[in-house]
Amino acid sequence: MDYLLTEEQVMIRDLCREITEEKIKPVAAEYDEKEIFPWDIVKVLADSDICGVYIDEKYGGMGGGMMELCIVAEELSRGCAGIALAFAGTALGAEPILIAGNDDQKERYLPDIASGKKLAAYGITEPAAGSDVAGMQTTAKKDGDHYILNGTKHFITNGGDAEIYTIVAMTNKAKGARGASIFIVDKDTPGFTFGKKEEKLGIRASSTRELIFTDCKVPKENLIGREGQGFLLAMRTFDQSRPGIGAQALGIAQGAFEAALKYSQERKQFGKSISSFQGIQFMLADMATEIEAARALIYASARQIDAGVKSITKESSMAKMYASDVAMKVTVDAVQIFGGYGYCKEYPVEKYMRDAKITQIYEGTNQIQRNIIALELIKQSKI
Amino acid sequence: MSIKVINDKCTGCTLCVKVCPFAAIEMSSKKAVIDLDKCTLCGACVDSCKFDAIELKRDSGKTPNLEEYKGIWVFGEQKKGVIQSISYELLGKAQELAKKLKTEVCCVVLGHNIKNNLQELIHRGANKVYVVDSPELENFLDEPYTNVLVNLLRKHRPEIFLCGATFMGRSLISRVAVKLHTGLTADCTGLDIDEKEKFLLQTRPAFGGNIMATILSKNHRPQMATVRHKVFKEAEIDTSRKGEVIVEEVPKTLLASRTKILDIVEEVTSTINIAEANIIVSGGRGMKSPENFEIIEELAKVLGGAVGSSRAAVDAGWMPYSHQVGQTGKTVCPKIYIACGISGQIQHLVGMQSADIIIAINQDSSAPIFTVANYGIVGDLFKVVPLLTAKFKKALNK
Amino acid sequence: MNIIVCIKQVPDTTQVRIDPETNTLIREGVESIINPFDTYAIEEGVRLKEKFGGKTVVLTMGPPQAEAALREAISMGCDEAYLVSDRAFAGSDTLATGYTLAKAIQKIKNFDIILCGKQASDGDTAQVGPGIATQLDIPQVTYVKKIEEADEKSAQVERMTEEGFEIVKTSLPCLFTVVKEINEPRIPSLKGRMKAKKAEIVSWKAIDLDIDEARLGLTGSPTWVSKIFTPPPRPRGEVFEGEPEDVATKLVEALKDRLNS
Repeated sequence: MDYLLTEEQVMIRDLCREITEEKIKPVAAEYDEKEIFPWDIVKVLADSDICGVYIDEKYGGMGGGMMELCIVAEELSRGCAGIALAFAGTALGAEPILIAGNDDQKERYLPDIASGKKLAAYGITEPAAGSDVAGMQTTAKKDGDHYILNGTKHFITNGGDAEIYTIVAMTNKAKGARGASIFIVDKDTPGFTFGKKEEKLGIRASSTRELIFTDCKVPKENLIGREGQGFLLAMRTFDQSRPGIGAQALGIAQGAFEAALKYSQERKQFGKSISSFQGIQFMLADMATEIEAARALIYASARQIDAGVKSITKESSMAKMYASDVAMKVTVDAVQIFGGYGYCKEYPVEKYMRDAKITQIYEGTNQIQRNIIALELIKQSKI
Repeated sequence: MSIKVINDKCTGCTLCVKVCPFAAIEMSSKKAVIDLDKCTLCGACVDSCKFDAIELKRDSGKTPNLEEYKGIWVFGEQKKGVIQSISYELLGKAQELAKKLKTEVCCVVLGHNIKNNLQELIHRGANKVYVVDSPELENFLDEPYTNVLVNLLRKHRPEIFLCGATFMGRSLISRVAVKLHTGLTADCTGLDIDEKEKFLLQTRPAFGGNIMATILSKNHRPQMATVRHKVFKEAEIDTSRKGEVIVEEVPKTLLASRTKILDIVEEVTSTINIAEANIIVSGGRGMKSPENFEIIEELAKVLGGAVGSSRAAVDAGWMPYSHQVGQTGKTVCPKIYIACGISGQIQHLVGMQSADIIIAINQDSSAPIFTVANYGIVGDLFKVVPLLTAKFKKALNK
Repeated sequence: MNIIVCIKQVPDTTQVRIDPETNTLIREGVESIINPFDTYAIEEGVRLKEKFGGKTVVLTMGPPQAEAALREAISMGCDEAYLVSDRAFAGSDTLATGYTLAKAIQKIKNFDIILCGKQASDGDTAQVGPGIATQLDIPQVTYVKKIEEADEKSAQVERMTEEGFEIVKTSLPCLFTVVKEINEPRIPSLKGRMKAKKAEIVSWKAIDLDIDEARLGLTGSPTWVSKIFTPPPRPRGEVFEGEPEDVATKLVEALKDRLNS
């Protein structure tokens, strides 16, 4: 399907495709198995001007937006979703600064992100507070020119490898969700340490760690927006980030599908390639159609964001939920088409299947997405 | 064609007098004068003149007096005073061609203190060996080697000049051909004489080895060609053969060089050089990992052969480039070539298809490698290769 | 330091297939690419500029479509691009090509280093690089795998040989042909690609160069292609299929005598 991408978007897509084929695919299996953080790929992305596609030119970026971010996330995930997260996780961490950061904060942090010199991470989830943001325990107490952070963040993508962290903490616990605020925390801030790296089913080239704050002193200039805006800003960040997660899921599905389509034509049984069997043909047709539908939904919601449409919650949730469900189904089917070989690590499809699972879980589980979509539907239908 | 000295530009430096191979230039009232009876319009003086004072007009670029060019020359490549086997391979072919042309075979060797090592060239079929012996020629350097060869070729005018397509040969011969303004065909896999016209028929692969082209230099002499190592068989040694070693002197000015070798580093490899090996066991993409090359090495060891590799395995970083067989690697001509897990892209085939016996082991029975294989095994190489190692070991009593 | 990189646009020979019916080349759908060896020359040219300052110019001779190869070179970091294109150049062999490129280089002027790939993947002659150097009467070092030092007057490089390598010192200007061991060509960046899209390509015809027309194209080429044919396929050999144990035994039997001799 022709999505009428701009000349620049086509260039970004082709460039990322080249990086995926030449640099990511050859190392994907090894990085997955050994849980290697893809610093070499980050360097390639930085040298290729990819890290800043969604950042304003004023801050050294390429001046694109969500659509460009989605194109990159999709293309890189076609090769390895774990490696793609070094980029996508950084975009998520940068999002609160992009949405609500002041000029000083943007000038201090965005150029290093745009140039690929530093990675970022977003810290909201806690051991006892996943989708229930209001149950958050991490606190930030004002103390003169500083805030003192205490608490633990959990399952943080790029945790320990990123230099720049945007952290949600309670400045006024009594106010519940209305008492949350977001801070920018530098990696080397005293009192900021990391827990052990999680061992995961998929996206194993991506690092996931605990962030531990023990009387961690953050200058008050690093508060994004105003005190108490944190919850709202976190929700706006999610609205913006979901199409990106959708794009990641889309890339996983596309990669698995391409492998399955190719294999179905190479693999011969009963003297014929298995692609000549209707059972396989129907699977391929369904996979391709669902992928295309997911892509249409993601691109449409990304373009809505870029056009400045205010109410995007429902559409971005739909994009994330649908694309990640498609990714799970398509990758399971891809393994099925590969048969016994698909179950073995020698072929890439089992990895796509493992990687796909997380996209149904993080950035709000797909159950939460359905909640959000339903609530928005009801809200919008009320007169 | 015509040649003349532009008197306004001539400074009387006499450089052209020194380089003229035919003693056709004299000084007269401090200006160069060309004796047109002796001059062959070879252009040596034009190249030597630093003041652009000699003008040579070539009509349609043809070499004049084509019929005066006689004999076949072979470049005798030496390193550390040792003649390289490529030169013996060229001598073998040169003798065949000379028979058809009813002419003689000459070999030209440049180096230092090499005069005593040249009998074998005669025993291998050279009627004459021309030698230039000078300290400046001890190691190969593009400029002096080119200048000296151009000088000799202009003087003796062979109709054919053959050179090895080696690192040395390819650098050198391209410069020589440009200076002589003649045709050069690289990497010939076939050389023959056109029976009627007596042209050298130079056949080489083109388009990545997908097609063959036969190339002629009709109007230019010498007809020059390079040939890769192991394409032709070495000439047999016959110690009863007699020949002449002719020591040539060249003007010192030809020996100047703007490049200088500071050091020669030999990278010692414990494995047998694949270009020299009689048996090669090669692995390709189907090996799946560098560790798996161990089974290839074991088979090669039992057979007393070398380990080769396809480009795919080299690009993947499983094997060093020095083991690569094919278009962009080495051309090999072993007695037995065993290709394991190599699909047989044309680029690989051009590098090994002249092996006497080719054996292919591959899972995919439609792989192109089977089209050139004398024996094919369709099966899992990880099972077959270790079995072969064990069975050969037994059969060879090792 | 001013660098000129000479490149060639070639058909991607890895895509070329033979039609099994007619035994002829299938050229349809074969992409044009920069000669793979030349990408190392471009990368080295850009790296030298980044290290020593100056500019890197890319030059090609070919049909108008070769402009795409020049744009790709610009996207990798070259500063200027020149296309030498004229029907008069058609049919050039390596001698005429070297002559034409040398004439273009003389017109570009001001160069310290000329870089070429070691050979082109379609012709594989490795003759044009040394040809250019000879026409320009400058020294050359072929098969360079490392450029170690360079200043305005001289450079020190490593040259690959059959046995290892030589360390060679040369005066500048000099022409180097490079091998793939020398570097890893970069993937052109987004900014590079955008710059390349807009870049101006200087295009020269024969008339723009101070050139002797008798030395161009087919007339200026001593070598003529007299015949083109596809290599005859080898007769199909014996194929063993079945249990590994059996096939291994059969092969060892078939080869045993050869090995003992």
